[in-house]
Amino acid sequence: MSGLRILVGCKRVIDYAVKVRVRPDKLGVVTEGVKHSMNPFDEIAVEEAVRLKEKKLASEIIVASCGPQQNQETLRTALAMGADKAIHVLVEDKDYSNLQPIHVSKLLAKIAAEEKVDIVLLGKQAIDDDCNQTGQMLAAILDWPQGTFASKVVKKDGSLDVTREVDGGLETINIKLPAVITTDLRLNEPRYATLPNIMKAKKKPLTTKKPSDYGVEIKSSHQVLSVEDPPTREAGQKVESVDLLVAKLKEAGFMKS
Amino acid sequence: MSSKILKSLWHQRGLLQQSVRQWRCHVAGRQLSNPATQLHVGHPSLVSPPCDLLSEDEQMMKDVVARLSLEKIQPLVRKMDAESQMDQSVIDALFENGLMGIEIEAEYGGTNSSFFVANLVIEELAKVDPSVSVMVDVHNTLLVTLMRRLGTPEQKQKYLPRMAKDMLTSFCLSEADSGTDAFAMKTSAVKKGDYYILNGTKLWITNAEQAGAFFVFANAQPTAGYKGITCFLVDRDTEGLSVGKKEDKLGIRASSTCALHLDNVMVPASNILGKFGLGYKYCIEVLNEGRIGIGAQMLGLAEGCFNATVPYTRERKQFGKRICDFQGMQHQIAHVATQIEAARLLVYNAARRREAGLSVIKEGSMAKLYASEVAALTTSKCIEWMGGVGFTKDYPVEKFYRDCKIGAIYEGTSNIQLNTIFKCLEHEAQHS
Repeated sequence: MSGLRILVGCKRVIDYAVKVRVRPDKLGVVTEGVKHSMNPFDEIAVEEAVRLKEKKLASEIIVASCGPQQNQETLRTALAMGADKAIHVLVEDKDYSNLQPIHVSKLLAKIAAEEKVDIVLLGKQAIDDDCNQTGQMLAAILDWPQGTFASKVVKKDGSLDVTREVDGGLETINIKLPAVITTDLRLNEPRYATLPNIMKAKKKPLTTKKPSDYGVEIKSSHQVLSVEDPPTREAGQKVESVDLLVAKLKEAGFMKS
Repeated sequence: MSSKILKSLWHQRGLLQQSVRQWRCHVAGRQLSNPATQLHVGHPSLVSPPCDLLSEDEQMMKDVVARLSLEKIQPLVRKMDAESQMDQSVIDALFENGLMGIEIEAEYGGTNSSFFVANLVIEELAKVDPSVSVMVDVHNTLLVTLMRRLGTPEQKQKYLPRMAKDMLTSFCLSEADSGTDAFAMKTSAVKKGDYYILNGTKLWITNAEQAGAFFVFANAQPTAGYKGITCFLVDRDTEGLSVGKKEDKLGIRASSTCALHLDNVMVPASNILGKFGLGYKYCIEVLNEGRIGIGAQMLGLAEGCFNATVPYTRERKQFGKRICDFQGMQHQIAHVATQIEAARLLVYNAARRREAGLSVIKEGSMAKLYASEVAALTTSKCIEWMGGVGFTKDYPVEKFYRDCKIGAIYEGTSNIQLNTIFKCLEHEAQHS
């Protein structure tokens, strides 16, 4: 078997360090003029793919992103980290607010088939909408096995051993290829796109497609009713001694009197 | 300037403007608000991009360096300052991520980017630690530039890959009695067969503690005055070369500054960089553009200090309101912000000019002079705005205040910049 072909999904999200603000209409958050970057879990997915390629287990890494023009910056970052080529599914601004995991998984399924990939690596969820759906839906559409919340991936002959982070600890499963993997936080520590690789990434191929090229219609099946700020934290109190602390806790009903 | 060069410059500018217009639309959301991109003043073909508008890869590199600074350098800043010692992990990270060979061609393992990007990197690093910034600045804007421009194919093959990968270098010009007055240089080089014997002591050598090679300026023909000054490449392990005492400095303490002793150091004639007797000319030329990098360092320093301070004025309450709600504070903050912006435009425009092949003698001096003044003002004001806590080492502001002072001293003092600027004005007056 020659090297694996890997497809990695890269979502462009509001940067993890940005303080997110709710829009005045309460139907979303402010995105204009806000720093965006690659979803951190997707960065982990790109890193894992690049490591598989460095171990000569993978032959080609294709990265894909669905969204507006700016998603090309995210793809360039993935190329600079070591991916070989990129596919940008250009979703117009007016459709982007309707783009849901179901649409993305349909698009990725088409790309996976077209590119004849063996593994699709995705972040377990995006840090903006926390959906945690795309990988699972994609596995269902493709009818491939899935290893979600992966903290370790080991290539076997024609299959993968995937260690999953579950509530009770770790579960290791073996899944046949082709397969869908979603990455958890502890899978690896992603590298930086080095300056020389940023320069080299400019020459790597980036193709732009439309959802209609894959026969996918972006139509929302749900409607956002409201987006609210978390309640503001109220100021605490300082206590002088443990006794006073216990008394206060009892007073507030946190301890039995 | 010949008409041919002018024509090609104009053509390049046209191409640049065209491409900038194209991706300006792409990045409209990030760089400019939408209405601004549709705004054309005068003839469309005359619209030139603002010098602080970054291309996609410039922005990416800036972002990566910002992240690297925050994650790999920031946690070590306080310790490195206290111990006056650069952490090896920082140097390793800088090399691994391509920050040490920014303009070095890809064939030598460099980043293959531009002088402008080198300045962006220097600025980003200075926001977190001006010591790390100057280490990168000197290596990239002085030594790498000298080697790329003047190195023979053999010298480039030997040094450039290591300068990009794992070897720091030092620029060795100053001496005890030869600072601004480079003509007073005492270090000598005496020819003996195929070798030169170097003797003398160099002072204030940045990166000397870690450098693997020293670019040493020595007079090889004192009878010819400054026309005897020649640049020699001296490897660290050469017999007779020793690195002296490390200075205990006010600021940029993590950056090493040492004396360099040359005691009968034998250097093959093939280690002359460039031509015999042109060392002084090379120095002046590389410093003319190199000081833009110091401008970038001072700019980053001012921004880093400002960014570490202003949020405090939004939190700190006195008399029942935030201290930034007092108009006296607002005016001061706005005044400093405006000067930082002015420094940025001077630095960026000088760097863009250097890339366009235009003269930067006056512009580089202005950028360095002004940015160092703005850094001094900003850091001083920031301490005042923070009050008592700004005066303690619990906050990064006092370090910026100490670090900025060197900006008015190295790579030409402020008085020397003023001399240079006035010389340029005289020249312009005579030729207008």
